Amino acid sequence: MTKINELFQEKLKVINMGLESFNENLKKQNVKTVQVDWKPPARGNKKMLSLLDKLK
Amino acid sequence: MVLKYLIRENAYYDSVTLMIITREVKKIEGVKEVIVGMGTELNKELAGNLNLLTPKLQKITPNDFFISLDSVDDNIAKKAFAFVDELLSKKKAESEDYQPSTFESALKYMPEANLVLISLPGKYAAREAKNALLNDKHVMLFSDNVSLEEEIDLKSLAKQSGLLMMGPDCGTAIINHVALAFANVIRKGPIGIVGASGTGIQEVTVMIDKLGSGISQAIGTGGRDLKAEVGGIMMIEGLKALQNDPLTEIIVLISKPPDKEVARKVLSILKEGGKPSVVYFAGGDPGVIKEYGSIPGLSLEDTAHKAVAIAKGKSIEDFTGFTVTNIDKIIQVETKKLKEKQRYIRGLYTGGTLCDEAMIILSALVGDIYSNIPLKPEGKLSDINKSYRHSLIDLGDDEFTRGKPHPMIDPYVRQERILSEAKDKEAAIILMDFVLGFGSNPGPAGEMIPYIQKARKIAAKDGRHICMISSVCGTEEDPQNLIEQEKKLKEEGVIVMPSNAQAVRLAAAIVLSRRNSQ
Repeated sequence: MTKINELFQEKLKVINMGLESFNENLKKQNVKTVQVDWKPPARGNKKMLSLLDKLK
Repeated sequence: MVLKYLIRENAYYDSVTLMIITREVKKIEGVKEVIVGMGTELNKELAGNLNLLTPKLQKITPNDFFISLDSVDDNIAKKAFAFVDELLSKKKAESEDYQPSTFESALKYMPEANLVLISLPGKYAAREAKNALLNDKHVMLFSDNVSLEEEIDLKSLAKQSGLLMMGPDCGTAIINHVALAFANVIRKGPIGIVGASGTGIQEVTVMIDKLGSGISQAIGTGGRDLKAEVGGIMMIEGLKALQNDPLTEIIVLISKPPDKEVARKVLSILKEGGKPSVVYFAGGDPGVIKEYGSIPGLSLEDTAHKAVAIAKGKSIEDFTGFTVTNIDKIIQVETKKLKEKQRYIRGLYTGGTLCDEAMIILSALVGDIYSNIPLKPEGKLSDINKSYRHSLIDLGDDEFTRGKPHPMIDPYVRQERILSEAKDKEAAIILMDFVLGFGSNPGPAGEMIPYIQKARKIAAKDGRHICMISSVCGTEEDPQNLIEQEKKLKEEGVIVMPSNAQAVRLAAAIVLSRRNSQ
């Protein structure tokens, strides 16, 4: 069975990154979620970000 | 003029929250202009255009929160700043749960997570999506402003790993009966959907529900999936998953006209699977669809009708009519109310695909249509803020939403636009969509009512009546409740049709009846 078909048989568990309203709506549907308190990495500095990615 | 600003370094809030706060603060008497936002290039540019940019603000980063405000005096500025804090702390109080600060820490907290929903600013979104895929998680990527190269890269990686990569720019999905981002509450049933259009999926799923059937899954792909460059990667993977899914008996595909080769590839895989299918390629060639043994949908509504007919074992017929019984009477009454100069339809849409569907139906019935998203280049409005003849406007398009929330969340753009349409002596009919479901405004009909009343007053000043026709894309189980929203509109004399296609056909019938009576 493919992973997508496996997903169809599981309970949805969601990591939400971005609009908190999406997370609230999932909670209203009794979905287990975690909201990431996201901030732009490297303080939004593009050059620094690409350096960080290279270090990974 | 008193210009005041405030900067808080390293304080991040999402853009929709801040755009809504900006609108609330602007309502305070004495506030002339205001921006509450993060220090992105776009926000700095918008601040510059409003004369709200100072040298210090010019230096802030996308990680810094700012308020810049022009008001009549110091007291108003103080009041406004305090109000922003009040709204922000209210927001914080709503979310008391633990919030990890990175994807990695979220993964440690909930290793069993199976899907990551991403709606971050476009320039960071692809990076986080890739990270999720590399950690074996399915992804729904709501964000736009992700490059085509990044999309191809993400979808290729997902395909290789057997994962869903819905998006970028994927507004709607229903997986395992959970509405993700902008989606409605739809009953369970045998119809599985893969769609490259958010409001397209919403209208078809809602119509399926209204017709008494239901869905197994609704997979979104993002609008560019069927372009030659992307090659329909996610539509094909989604389609295969539905073919292997025992709960899916009928497959529905929805997209804008796809690349010809990609269309053939998708249709041949659809044929191989052997499950009955209905395909809506907006404005595309139905012949190709038939050639591959599938049934072409003529509109979003017709697509739903045909899928439900298959599900119920009924005969499959084209549906291009009305389900409202007294339609001739409505046409007659409304036509009589119009003045001689009132000849044109003005569509004020929040759903892009609903606007597309309207243009396709209408151009076949009444002729040339003008728009900000025209079917043909010659139909492009020279000024998107001013309608010309029959004009259908997608108010959710980028040109209207720069630095503002989408009109399905905040109806501000449409509230303004309906008033300017009411001033136009040639406007006969105003067509509107109201999209319900999770993600959308909690009361879209109520938000428009005061402006519908104002528009009527403007027209009445010189003895005109404007015919208002709408359709509500939603179900009785949606948080906003279909019946309640329809009732509000009906009480204001707005004609509420059961689908966008029927609303458009009614508008055309009135215009044609007007022509014939002259």
